[in-house]
Parts: sequence; C-alpha cells; structure tokens
Amino acid sequence: MTEFLQQLLNGVLLGAIYALIALGYTMVYGVLRFINFAHSDVFMLGAFAAWVSVEKLGLPTRSVPGGLAALLAAMSVCAVLGVVIERLAYRPLRQRSTLTVLITAIGVSLLIQNVAQSPRLGFGPNPRAFPELFPSSQLHVGGLTVSTHQLVVLAVALVLLAVLYWIVHRTRIGTAMRALSFNATAASLVGIDNDRVISFTFGLGSALAGAGGVLYAMNYPSIDPLMGTLPGLKAFVAAVLGGIGNLPGAALGGLVIGLVETFVSGTRLSTFRDAIAFGILIAILLFRPAGLLGRPRVEKV
Amino acid sequence: MAIPKAQRWLLVALVLSGAASAVSGSIDPYFLDVVMGVGVGVVLASSLNLINGFTGQFSLGHAGFMAVGAYTSAMLSTVVAPRMGWGAGALQWVFFPASLVAGGLVAALAGLAVGAPSLRLKGDYLAIVTLGFGEIIRVVLQNVDAVGGARGLTGVPTHTNLLWTFGTASLTVYTVWALLESTRGRGFLAVADDEVAAEAMGLDTTRYKITAFGIGSFFAGVAGGLYAHLKGYLNPGGFSFEKSIEIVVMVILGGMGRHAGVVFAAILLTLLPEGLRELGSRSIPNPFGGPAWSLDWIKDARMILYSLLLILLMLLRPEGLFHRRQPRRPSS
Repeated sequence: MTEFLQQLLNGVLLGAIYALIALGYTMVYGVLRFINFAHSDVFMLGAFAAWVSVEKLGLPTRSVPGGLAALLAAMSVCAVLGVVIERLAYRPLRQRSTLTVLITAIGVSLLIQNVAQSPRLGFGPNPRAFPELFPSSQLHVGGLTVSTHQLVVLAVALVLLAVLYWIVHRTRIGTAMRALSFNATAASLVGIDNDRVISFTFGLGSALAGAGGVLYAMNYPSIDPLMGTLPGLKAFVAAVLGGIGNLPGAALGGLVIGLVETFVSGTRLSTFRDAIAFGILIAILLFRPAGLLGRPRVEKV
Repeated sequence: MAIPKAQRWLLVALVLSGAASAVSGSIDPYFLDVVMGVGVGVVLASSLNLINGFTGQFSLGHAGFMAVGAYTSAMLSTVVAPRMGWGAGALQWVFFPASLVAGGLVAALAGLAVGAPSLRLKGDYLAIVTLGFGEIIRVVLQNVDAVGGARGLTGVPTHTNLLWTFGTASLTVYTVWALLESTRGRGFLAVADDEVAAEAMGLDTTRYKITAFGIGSFFAGVAGGLYAHLKGYLNPGGFSFEKSIEIVVMVILGGMGRHAGVVFAAILLTLLPEGLRELGSRSIPNPFGGPAWSLDWIKDARMILYSLLLILLMLLRPEGLFHRRQPRRPSS
C-alpha cells in the first residue's frame, strides 16, 4: 500500500510537469491550429537557462530565493524565445497550409537542438549535471518519502496552473485568447489584434514549458540538448489525450500520462515505458479522436 | 520492338546498374558505400513520395517501416540463411532478393496495420500517429534481445551491391510512376487534390490511402533490407524520428509529388552531408601567411545548415525546389 501511494505521488509529480508542457501545446493549437514541434526544445532551453543562471551568472544554489530567481529567469528567457520563434518562423506562414507550418516547426526544433548541441554556439552534446536549486532534504510522512524538490515541483506547478487559469478566464488578453481560438475571423472583426494575442499565447506557453524544463531537471538532474524530445512528445500525447485545444484537458492528460508511466515503470514492462505513451495516443485517436474532454468537431463541406 | 518508352528506360537503368556492378571491384570502397547510400535514399524518398506527395497524406514514420524491413531481412540472412546450406552465389542472387521481398512484405503488413485504422485521421494527427508508431518500433527493437536489443544487430552479410541498389531504385521509381499514370492511379492525385470531391465522384478514398501506405511501406522495407546488407550492422537508434524527417525533407525539397525532383533531392541530400564532412576535414591556405584556415567548423555546422535549409525552404519556396508553378487553387 505504501509503495502504491509512493508511486501515486511520483506519478502525480511527473504528471504535473507533463501538464505544464502540454498546456503550451494546447494553447498554441487553440489559437493557430498547428502542433508546435519546437515546444519541446523550448522546454530544454528552460532547463539550460536555469543552469546558465546558476553556473555562469552565479545565482546561489540550495536557497529558496536563488531557486525562484533561476525559475523566473528560465521562464522569461523561454517566453521571449517563444515570441521570437513565432515572429520569425510562423507568422510569415499565417495563410499557408497546416503542413507547411508543421514542417517549419520541425525545422525550428531541429535548428534549436543542433545549435544547442554545437560546442561553439551552444552547450555541446554532452550531458551536464543540473545544480540543486532549492535546499534539499528528505521528509518522511507515514512511510512515504518526499523530497523537498518534489514539494517545490508540486507547489510551482499548482501556482502556475492557478495563474494560468486566472489569465485565461479573468483578464482581457485571456478573453481575447479564448475568442480567437473560438473563431479567429470573428475575433478580429470585434477588434481583437490577432497577432498580438498569438504572440502573447506563445510567450505564455513557452514560459510554462520553461518552468516545466526547470522542474523536470530538478527531478532528473542531468540535462542535455536532446532532453526535450521525449518529454515533449509525451506532453503532446497528454494534450491530445485531454482533447487538444482544451486547457483542463491538457492538465488532466498530463496527470494520466504521468501516472501511467510511473506505474508501468514499476512493473516488468519498465523498459517499454517510452512506448506506452504512444500506445495510448494511438488508442485515443482511434476511439475518441476528440480526446477525453474535447468535443468532436464537425467538418462542414 | 514495341516496348513502351518508360519500360525501355527501366531496362536501360537495370542494364546500367548491372554493368556498374560488374566493375565495382575497382571502385574505391568509401565512394561505393556513398553511392549505394544514394540508391537506398532514392528508394526511400520515392516510396514516401507516393504517400506524402501524390496521395497528400503526411507520414512521419517512414524510418519505422524501413526498420521493420531491415530487421526482417537481416534476421533471415543471419538466422535462416546459414541453415540452408547454400553456396555464396545462391545466397547473394536468390536468397538475398527473396529476403528483401520478405522484408518489404512484412513492412507492408505493418504499414497496413497502421494505415487501416489511422487513415481516418487527417493532417497533423496522422503525422503524430505515424511518428508514434515509428517510435514504438524503435523502442521494441531496443528491448528485444533476439534482434540484438540496444546493442544492435551485427554480422549481417554484405550482399548489397550496385545492381541490387540501383535495380531496386529504378524499379521503385518506375512502379510509383506507372501506378500514377494508370487510370486507377489518377485516384491518388484526386485524393490529394480534394478528398471530398474525390469521394463525391465515387472514389473509395480510404482504399487509395491504404494502398498508398501499403506500397510505400513495402518499398521502405525493401530499402531497409538493402541498408542492412549494405552496412552489415543495424542499430535501432538509426531508425529514429530524425531519419523519418530526413526522408520527409527529401520529398519536400524535391517538390511533393514530382518524380524526378524527389529523386534528385534524395541524391543531393545523401551526398550533401558526405560532401560537407569531406570539406570539413580540409583547410584553406591562408593568403596572408600564417597557419592555414581550418574548415573544421563545417562539421559542426552541418546539421545547423540542414535545419536552416528546411525552414528557409518552407518560408520561401514551400512547393519545393523543382516544382512547376500550378494554377492556384483555394487551399482547404
């Protein structure tokens, strides 16, 4: 029973990280209707931004203010990056087919990975140890072991989800985002500046991905330029599972994927855990393509 | 003789491949390896062109089907062939092609298994499912010890020669071409142009898509078999998502749904990395005296250039380098 609870806890924590990344996919899909393949690389850069701010810029490790500063730095860097990527690569393609944009997104993803892997321009291909951002110790609660890092992950994820909810539902720009994802043409007719909203969406989603990258690196403290690929794909699966374009769906999907993956890791099938997410994806697309919380879209001819 | 023009070209290509193969003993092995890699690239690109280019679907899992074919034929060659007690000649000229076809068939089955249920999906969803399928294949191969697991499969006999690679390449290009020129084959283009209209005209669009997937995966499997017997070594990591992307880029660069353009792009993109690697190992003499300028950075920049090329292509010329302008039709 204790082991079950322990696994449940680990699964929820992993799921929270997936949820943060999945929200970025889903928000971008909501406003632009395409899969931002570069999102997983923004996630990677988030982890590296925190690494740089600690190792090169000298933020203190194992301190709460230092850790929060590194987290904020990573989120800001990623937000700027997301806006820049959208401006340079995706905006010129606004009127083109989804496929063109999709391929461009793959190109951007490859570009970020390769620049990051280059020893001259980026960080080089070798994995690096991720510093301990927050004070670390193990707490024992009724047989369960919880590290302070895990608590930080949980707290940060919950706070960010709450902030996101507030932005999307209580602010003008959030309302504009929802209007845009509901009907882009109508949104621009009532005076919403679509380009501005799209930029904001990219910034917001990328900031979440950056935070996700830092949290992920805190739990798996070895970072490399290709670290984003698998978590990114799984988070994408989470977004589809919850119903792409649907914010609560992305959070729920992230949680489900995190839990399933953690429980599968505990069984004999552990080496197949990376394949499980894709198995779920294929099943969900075949039986309920709109996702758990999504509404089926009727295509009009 | 009344052989139609296209078949005549096919014959010429086959004869040329045979002739080149006969003198291949005197060709530099590195060069030979690169040239045969080009042949495999042409097979891969042409077969994906049928799916992504002509039929308008978007598969991101071509490397997965290639892996299925590669492992099938490699296992036949390493496990079954030694028990047959055949001579080297019979192995190379009878068993090897049979194993290639077997690999192709298994890959086609895999293609049908993925295609049949998922072709209801459109555009980026289909891309993701095929991507997911490719990744599942890779993870499974990495975890099955019978095929070498993550260490890879070694000791595959190197049966692949110029005749097999370019023979297969010519056959692939010919098959795709002949398929599309046939009356029924026009349906593939119709599906790509406007699926709803095609369906309204009575075409069974699902069947066309599945056929394209089946045939495309078959040739991807054959290409995998050629690759396995060319390198003599298989590693699941070699059939990753990046490999699929590489093939997709060939099709896009060549202009989706252009026969010759895609073949040319496959040749170009297989040679380009080799050329850049070669260039990177040289240095330019410094005109001001002093130490020569090393071109070492090119090795580093190779993949960066490649991804920049992809982005710029999409921004500036999304129809590919070799696409004739067509009258614009409203995009859906």
